[in-house]
Amino acid sequence: MWDYSEKVMDHYRNPRNVGKIDDADAVGNAGSLTCGDQLKIYLKIKDGIVTDAKFQTFGCGSAVASSSILTEMIIGKSVEDVRKITNKDIADELGGLPPEKMHCSVMGYEALEDALKGYVDKDDLNQALNVVNGKSEIKEKIVCTCFGVTENVIWEAIKLNGLTTVEEVTNYTKAGGACGKCKSAIQDIIDTYYHKEKKVKEEAPVLSPAQKILKINNIIENQISPELQKDGGDITLVDIVDNKVSVRLRGRCSGCRNSNLTLKAFVETTLKNAVDKNIEVIEVN
Amino acid sequence: MSDRLIYLDNNATTQVDEQVLEEMLPYLKGEYANPSSMYTFAKKSSNAIKEARVKVKEFVNAESEREIIFTSCGTESANTAIRGVLSMNKDKRHIITTKVEHPCVLNVYKSLEKQGYNVDYIGVNSNGELDLEELSNKVNGDTALVSVMYANNETGVINPIDKVSEIIKSKNKNTKLYVDAVQVAGKIPIDVQACGADMLGISGHKFHAPKGVGALYVNSKTIITPLIIGGHQEKGKRAGTENVPYIAGLGKACEIAQENLHYEATEVKRLRDKLEQGILKNIFNARLNTGVANRVPNTTNIGFEYVEGELILLHMSDLGICASSGSACTSGSLEPSHVLRAMNVPFTAIHGSIRFSLSKYTTEKDIDYVNSVMPEIIEKIVKLSPYQDELAELRRRKGV
Repeated sequence: MWDYSEKVMDHYRNPRNVGKIDDADAVGNAGSLTCGDQLKIYLKIKDGIVTDAKFQTFGCGSAVASSSILTEMIIGKSVEDVRKITNKDIADELGGLPPEKMHCSVMGYEALEDALKGYVDKDDLNQALNVVNGKSEIKEKIVCTCFGVTENVIWEAIKLNGLTTVEEVTNYTKAGGACGKCKSAIQDIIDTYYHKEKKVKEEAPVLSPAQKILKINNIIENQISPELQKDGGDITLVDIVDNKVSVRLRGRCSGCRNSNLTLKAFVETTLKNAVDKNIEVIEVN
Repeated sequence: MSDRLIYLDNNATTQVDEQVLEEMLPYLKGEYANPSSMYTFAKKSSNAIKEARVKVKEFVNAESEREIIFTSCGTESANTAIRGVLSMNKDKRHIITTKVEHPCVLNVYKSLEKQGYNVDYIGVNSNGELDLEELSNKVNGDTALVSVMYANNETGVINPIDKVSEIIKSKNKNTKLYVDAVQVAGKIPIDVQACGADMLGISGHKFHAPKGVGALYVNSKTIITPLIIGGHQEKGKRAGTENVPYIAGLGKACEIAQENLHYEATEVKRLRDKLEQGILKNIFNARLNTGVANRVPNTTNIGFEYVEGELILLHMSDLGICASSGSACTSGSLEPSHVLRAMNVPFTAIHGSIRFSLSKYTTEKDIDYVNSVMPEIIEKIVKLSPYQDELAELRRRKGV
């Protein structure tokens, strides 16, 4: 039995602002059906003010409550102020969430961010475009292949909530909550955030090109391939030119539709962590 | 929220039967002697254990009461059987179980796998029925142990243990079979001799005894080492002073359950079917996750498409109705039930799967009430879903 606050219970029992805005000025989406929770948020914006907001959520009690209260928090606020809302604000407004449910507030934040990313403020077109370009590049790096969680989401969750352990990151973002393969990658992000990375980098020996090729081959054969085979997939190394590693992939991830995309990211993250952070994985057919 | 209590979560735990409690009380009050003691005062508690052992023996139709070991729960029974038999067969390194096993078996196997055992996990079809051909192909000369649950806790689907045993023994007569029978005790008859189980575990609190007591049957041809080492209790197979009141309660629960099997097979089944048919008929996005599979009479597992299970449970709970979900959110884990995933339940329904499990205490009134309120609950949640187009299409096809 979850220890939900009165406010959470009130909001899932009587959700506010449910539905769709057909002529919305901004629409944001976070999560997916396969991953077990999804939020769509619709915003009406006039003269830089959010005049209306509605949501549709597939998810548990705290996901509905997070979505519902988020719409209440943003109606009447300026876009500028709404951009400052974090997952922590959502959780606080609900009177707190159980630790394992913090990812519901993060989903609210992500959907909002997604909506405003797509919304181009006419007065500030350039700035908006910068936001789009800057963020989308970082977002490509998927750390948790099971839930499709990006490095950016994990980084933001660490920053906003002062997370220090992998378990906390899992509670807030779901990353690492299924197969657990990305737990070491999450630990690396935490270490990097708290500036622990330097030591490791200094100690890492510089590899000759031949050594590097051997090491990459070794890791693919002995680490990555067995992991993929467990799930019915496999990997074959095709070529290595400088930091470009060409591989052939056959994947079958347990839940997500974008499995091949995430598979590539898993391989890349593993090689980056073990060999060289500049490695780029290229999938060939 | 509600003073009403409709308890449809009997696969999780059950209400203690009044007669079971009565049986236990003397040993929680005046008859507190240690059954191992020599004086006459210990006679009653030592007799209580003897009698309970006979009752459990009869309940599972063992050949002798010497084949019954009292434990603290189903999990202990499974751990004792699996680890106990393997440590007697150290030369063999291959073990088999199913993908849909309860964690009390599955996680023991995963731990053994890490220790170097070769493990095969046998799959199920979309109804949750075990792939017997795959099982047959996997048993080999090195197979020390196969563990197959009698019925699944989430779906109620019954495995044909007699066939499983036949397959295993025809491939390797020395391979041992452990049967986790926690979810069939009190629901269908158990006959260890007829079904060919070498070891079989039950848990009291699933059939109206209290939590904290279970039993393990180990046939006379199977030798195990104890998991808990200490005194001579349970012929050295399970040390520790016997939990006399709970063991007496377990014996009584076995006796009552045996008499009640006909009621389970007829009345409980009738109410389960009424609930199931009511929901499937009146709710457009409901699907029976087990199809036509053979099930224990008290369980149904229904998936509600495009809605999430925890939210369904919370709304049910507001009306005093208790059930369980295979959704990720209810467990604190982030993935939905391993059982429903092994069955390949469609991703549209897996997160919205609800298990209803009845007992002899479930009434017609309970079922009528649940059937009357479930459509509103689901409609309320459907309104929130981002999948309105898909839901409209489902509704159109079902014609509700």
